Amino acid sequence: MKRPIEFESARRVTPSPQRTQITLNVNGSEKRLNVAPWTTLLDLLREHLDLTGTKKGCDHGQCGACTVLVDGKRINSCMTLAIMKDGSNVTTIEGLAHNGTLHPLQQAFIDCDAFQCGYCTPGQICSALGLIREGHAETPDEIRELMSGNICRCGAYPNILAAIQQTIKTTKGV
Amino acid sequence: MNSFSYVRVRDVSSAVNEAAMDTAAKFIAGGTNLIDLMKEDVARPDRLVDINRIPLNRIEQTSDGGLRLGALVTNSDTAYNEQVEKRYPLLSRAILSGASAQLRNMATNGGNLMQRTRCYYFYDTATPCNKREPGTGCSAIDGFNRMHAVLGTSEQCIAVFPSDMCVALAALEAIVRVTGKNGDRNIPFADFHRLPGDTPQIDTNLQPDEIITSIDLPPKGFADHHAYLKVRDRHSYAFALVSVAAALEMDGNKIKEARLALGGVAHKPWRNREAEALLKGRTVTPDNFQAVAEVIMHDAKGFGDNTFKIDLAKRAIVRALKHAAQMEARS
Ligand SMILES: Cc1cc2nc3c(=O)[nH]c(=O)nc-3n(C[C@H](O)[C@H](O)[C@H](O)COP(=O)(O)OP(=O)(O)OC[C@H]3O[C@@H](n4cnc5c(N)ncnc54)[C@H](O)[C@@H]3O)c2cc1C
Ligand code: SF4
Ligand code: FES
Ligand code: FES
Repeated sequence: MKRPIEFESARRVTPSPQRTQITLNVNGSEKRLNVAPWTTLLDLLREHLDLTGTKKGCDHGQCGACTVLVDGKRINSCMTLAIMKDGSNVTTIEGLAHNGTLHPLQQAFIDCDAFQCGYCTPGQICSALGLIREGHAETPDEIRELMSGNICRCGAYPNILAAIQQTIKTTKGV
Repeated sequence: MNSFSYVRVRDVSSAVNEAAMDTAAKFIAGGTNLIDLMKEDVARPDRLVDINRIPLNRIEQTSDGGLRLGALVTNSDTAYNEQVEKRYPLLSRAILSGASAQLRNMATNGGNLMQRTRCYYFYDTATPCNKREPGTGCSAIDGFNRMHAVLGTSEQCIAVFPSDMCVALAALEAIVRVTGKNGDRNIPFADFHRLPGDTPQIDTNLQPDEIITSIDLPPKGFADHHAYLKVRDRHSYAFALVSVAAALEMDGNKIKEARLALGGVAHKPWRNREAEALLKGRTVTPDNFQAVAEVIMHDAKGFGDNTFKIDLAKRAIVRALKHAAQMEARS
């Protein structure tokens, strides 16, 4: 085996890179955007597209407030760079209602009183949508486990669980 | 984050060229560890090489009857893969015990192997840390070290490697396939990660110009008798304090072969072949399991806040072996 070489090398100054044009389909509409490489998907949504429904809690993958769906899968938008998602479809909380009718999950969160301050809610709902589509959770324990990436500082967990269960029961595949 | 440039590659050789050209460049896959470290200014690459569009995103049979896990398959897609669930359930269990559903949807198999320690001092650029800045000292040895290592430590670093997936891969004796400017090579899992020694800044034996292309699982999956036990501060979405991957091949009540790997206790998934050999031909009794636990933890050394891990690990070993042995054989 070869001798290991050190990974972190001395800091180097790089000229400020050019912005790059990317294309994203956000909630069904195509966006051409100029982004710097370090812009996270979360910052792009909030700061460039004014889609402030997606929240920044920790900015480190630890809370789930920034959860959105990319190509149908739930991810933490704070832990991905927008430039990496060039060409993808992004769904945020703003994209769930249709023609003025709330998505069944949004309605269930209201019916079940599944939030208090509401800060974690957009992430909870996008995460729950991903969970239902993934199809690995049926029992309350399975739902709790697979929703553990979404922290609720207000502790609305029992009602969040109820809202998800109600949606699974009434929609059978959203 | 520092300023950096970005390049997207579509094949392995371009990725290797990019990395060979610029030693301050880094590959980015899921981004769940690297972006975090960049936000903290712990990692300061001057160039990111986005490898996500290289076609290393498949799981396929190998000619020897094993399974090849592409480096860019996500942790979720690996854990829920039908073949993995059926033939290597230990691996599924280990992956699903880590991180969150969202993170597993992003995290890739290659990135999981390369993730860095969660030592709080490593993350805190205001404190000395030999891993982050060689020669500055280790803040953990005399600091708060509840999550730190008890086996294989050095005077330079007592960090633990945080992966769950890799604990299962160590027990399954996976092979890491890599490509660099000098060609391809296969690294047995036990040789992939390193102990800290005098160079704690180097986590693995992967060379900077090398890219992981796949992780190959040998045919033997221990589907009938396995257990992944993860002990942590909360029930979900937390790193392991101690974890144990146990894989047994049974002949009635007798153990034909035993594999044990520990997470949360060392700078790499920890195995002890001598201890495993002690189980060969033995029957399933608490005494036999306890004896093995004592051997594995014999040289363990605590640093104060983490000393509890030594007893915790022993009990976890015994419990994981018990679970693995008692599993109903699948029909
Ligand atoms: C809040 C949180 C909780 C977590 N909890 C757990 C847990 O409980 N258990 C657990 O096991 N993990 C946990 N993780 C860690 C997670 O599993 C890793 O961050 C993830 O596996 C890294 O994969 P990635 O593809 O995102 O890597 P990236 O962040 O893209 O890359 C990480 C490193 O790997 C290198 N790399 C990536 N792919 C390759 C390749 N093919 N060849 C060579 N080098 C490569 C990159 O250059 C980089 O240095 C957690 C993470 C977070 C943020
Ligand atoms: S344990 Fe290792 S990573 Fe943590 S402070 Fe010491 S040298 Fe740094
Ligand atoms: S803001 Fe992304 S996980 Fe907390
Ligand atoms: S409702 Fe306040 S954080 Fe969840």
